[in-house]
Amino acid sequence: MIKADSKLLSTLPPGFALHDTGEDGSQEYFLNMGPQHPSTHGVLKLVVKLDGEKVVEVVPHLGFIHRAIEKMGENESFVQYIHLTDRMDYLSSHINNLCVCMAIEKAMGIGVPERGEYIRVMVSELQRIQSHLLWWGSFGMDLGAVSTFLYGFKEREKITALFEELCGARLTMNFFRPGGSNSDVPETFLPRVKEIIQDLKFALDEFDALLTKNPIIIERTRGVGILPKERAISYGCSGPVARASGVDLDVRKHSPYSVYDRFEFDVPLGKNGDCYDRYWVRMEEMRQSIRILEQASAHFPPDPYRSKEKPNYKVPAGSYFASVETARGLFCTYMVSENAMKPYRIKSRSPNFSNLSAINEMSAGGKIADLVTILSTLDIIVPDIDR
Amino acid sequence: MTPLSITHPLGDWIRQQLPSPFAAIANGLIAVIAIAMLVVVTAIFLVWLERKVCARFQARLGPTRVGPFGLLQPVADAIKLLMKENIRPRTVDQLAYFLAPLLPITGSFLVLIVIPFDHNLQVLDPDAGIVYVTAVSGMGILGVLIGGWGSNNKYSLLGSMRAGAQLFSYELSMVLCMLLIVMASGTASLRNIVLSQQGTILDWWIFKLPVAGLVAFLLFIVSSTAELNRGPLDLSEAEQELTGGFHTEYTGISFSMFFLAEFVNMFAAAGLGATLFLGGFLAPQIGWHPVDQLLAFIPGFIWFAAKAYFLIFLYMWTRWTFPRLRIDHLLSLEWKFLLPASLANLLLAATLVLFKWVIP
Repeated sequence: MIKADSKLLSTLPPGFALHDTGEDGSQEYFLNMGPQHPSTHGVLKLVVKLDGEKVVEVVPHLGFIHRAIEKMGENESFVQYIHLTDRMDYLSSHINNLCVCMAIEKAMGIGVPERGEYIRVMVSELQRIQSHLLWWGSFGMDLGAVSTFLYGFKEREKITALFEELCGARLTMNFFRPGGSNSDVPETFLPRVKEIIQDLKFALDEFDALLTKNPIIIERTRGVGILPKERAISYGCSGPVARASGVDLDVRKHSPYSVYDRFEFDVPLGKNGDCYDRYWVRMEEMRQSIRILEQASAHFPPDPYRSKEKPNYKVPAGSYFASVETARGLFCTYMVSENAMKPYRIKSRSPNFSNLSAINEMSAGGKIADLVTILSTLDIIVPDIDR
Repeated sequence: MTPLSITHPLGDWIRQQLPSPFAAIANGLIAVIAIAMLVVVTAIFLVWLERKVCARFQARLGPTRVGPFGLLQPVADAIKLLMKENIRPRTVDQLAYFLAPLLPITGSFLVLIVIPFDHNLQVLDPDAGIVYVTAVSGMGILGVLIGGWGSNNKYSLLGSMRAGAQLFSYELSMVLCMLLIVMASGTASLRNIVLSQQGTILDWWIFKLPVAGLVAFLLFIVSSTAELNRGPLDLSEAEQELTGGFHTEYTGISFSMFFLAEFVNMFAAAGLGATLFLGGFLAPQIGWHPVDQLLAFIPGFIWFAAKAYFLIFLYMWTRWTFPRLRIDHLLSLEWKFLLPASLANLLLAATLVLFKWVIP
C-alpha cells in the first residue's frame, strides 16, 4: 500500500492530480517513464499523467546525473575548466570547449591565427554532423526502425575515428585551447574530411529514402508535437527545435564567431514546428554543414595553428561572456573573475534545459507513442540538462 | 475426406502391428513427439536466422563464434535463459501470471498439427481445417492478454490492451483472406486446398485468381504480421514506448516461452501462407517436362520449407526496415483500409469463381 506522500507530491506542479475523466467512471493514472526507460536516452524521468493511451500532462524530473560541473569549475583553473564542459553535452564537446576558450580569449585579448580558426570551424561542423547522425539513428530506433540506429552509427563512426586521430579521444575531446587548439591537425585531416563529405552525401540521400519519405514516418511526425513560434520563444528554445518553429536564431549567422562570417550557408527554418519540421531541419543542417566543410577545406590556410602557448591565465577582474551554436542550440558561458587563476563563478546556459521545458505543451493531448517521438525530436542530452 | 485417408508407411506399419485403439495412441504419441521436435528445432533455427538476417540488414555479421556460422548461438541463449532466476513480482496475479506464457506456445503447437508438410506428412486433416486454425490461433492472443493483465504493471496493461484491440481487428481481414481461398478451392481442409493447386505455378491460388489472389496474399502478409505481433506492427511489445509491453514483468523461462511462441507462430503463419497461396508441398512446376520431373524429384517437405522460409524472410525484412505504426493509425489501417479491401477482394474473387474467370 502506497500512501500519498506529501514530499513526493511536492515535486510536482500545483494542481497536478488525478481526476475521474469519463462518465463511465474511467480514471486517469500516473506512469513513471524512466529513469530506466529505453526512450528517455539517459537518466531522465518523466511523470506522465495518462487517460488510457492519451497523455494528459508530462512533468520531467531532473537531477539524476547532477555533478555540479559549474561549482567544480570554481576549483579548477580557467584552462582546466575546458575539459569539464566535455561532460555536459557530450555530443557537442568540441563546440562546448570552443565556448569556454572564446570567453577566455575575450578576457585575455588573445587572437587566433587563421589556421586555428579554420580548424575550429571545421571540427565544430564535423561535430554537429556526427551529433545529428547519432540523433538520426536514435530517432529511427525510437519510432521502431531499429536498423537505422546502426546506419547512423556507421556514418558517425567515420567522423569519430577522425576525431580520434585528431586528439586521441572519441567522445570527450578537450581539444581546443585559448588561442587555437591543443595540436595541429595531422596531414591526413583534409583528405579524410573530403572522403567523409563524399560518403555523407551518399548516405544522406539513402537516409532520405529510408526515413524522410517513409509514409509511416510522415504520418507519425506531421502535426505531432506542435510548438508555435511564440511559445518556442517564450520557453527559450534554441537550435533546431526553435528553428523548426520558425524562430530565425542561429548564432553562427546572426552574431558570427570564429570565421563563420566567411562561409556561405543557409539556416533552414520550419513552418509548423511539428516533429517532421524538427526532423527536416536537422537533416538540412547536416547538408549545410557539409557546405561549410567544403568551403573551408578548399581554402585551408597554412601554419601557425595557435598563438603563443601558455599553460594558464590570470584573468583580469570582470565578467566575460561567449556564446556558440551547438548541435542542440544556444550554448553560453558566463564567467566572473576576481583577477585570479581560478574563476570566481561560472555559469553555462545549455540549450537542452529550455528545449525540454516545452515538452508538456507539445505532448499533452497526444498518445504515448507521440511522447516518444517528441522526446526524440527534441534530441535532449540529459547530462547537459543536469550538468 | 476423412482423417484416415492420410497414409504414411510408419503409421500403416503400426496399424498392422497393434490393435486399433493402441495403434491410434501410438500414432498419436509419435505425432506429438514429432511436432514437439519440429517446434524446438524450428524455434532454434529461427532465432539464429533472425539474428543473422537482422545483422545483415544492419551491416553487421551477427553471431559467428558459437558453433559453425554461430549456429549454436540460440542454444547458448536458451541455456542462459533457463539458468536465469525466475523473478516473480509480489503483486502479480499468480494463476494468470503462470498460465499466460503457456497459451501462445500451445496455440502454435495446435496450428502445426493440421499443416500439411508433405503428401502424407500431416498429423490430422479435419474437414474444417481453416476454422480450426482460426479457433486455436486465438490462444496466443489470450496468452498476451492474460499475461499483460496478470502482471499488474501499467506498461504490461497498456501492451495487452493494445494487443487486444490489434489482434482481434486483424483477425478479421486474415480470416477473410482465408475464406477467399476456401471459396476458390471449394474445401476447408488444408490438405485438399494444397491438392486443389496441382499443376504449374500458375495454378497456385496467388496467380490462379487474377488480381484477387495476389491482393489476398498481400493482405494476408500484412494482417498475419499484425497477428504475429512482429514489427512494424508489434505494438503490444513496443520496446521503445512500453519497455517490452505485455512481457515486461517476465524473465527467464517464462519469458522464453513467449519468445519461443513468437518464432513458432511465425513458422506456423508462414506455413499457412505457403499452404493457402503458394501450393504448399507441391513442387513449382513450370510446364516444361524435363525440368518439372527434376523439380518433382525433390521431396515435398523441402518445397514446403522453402516456401515457408521465403515468407519468413519477408516478415524479417519488413521488421528490420519499417518504423512502427501508432496504435490509432494501426486500427484505422485495419478498419478503414484492410477490412474494406478484403471484403471488396472477396467480392471480386466470388465473381471470378462464379464465372470461372480463373487462369486455366
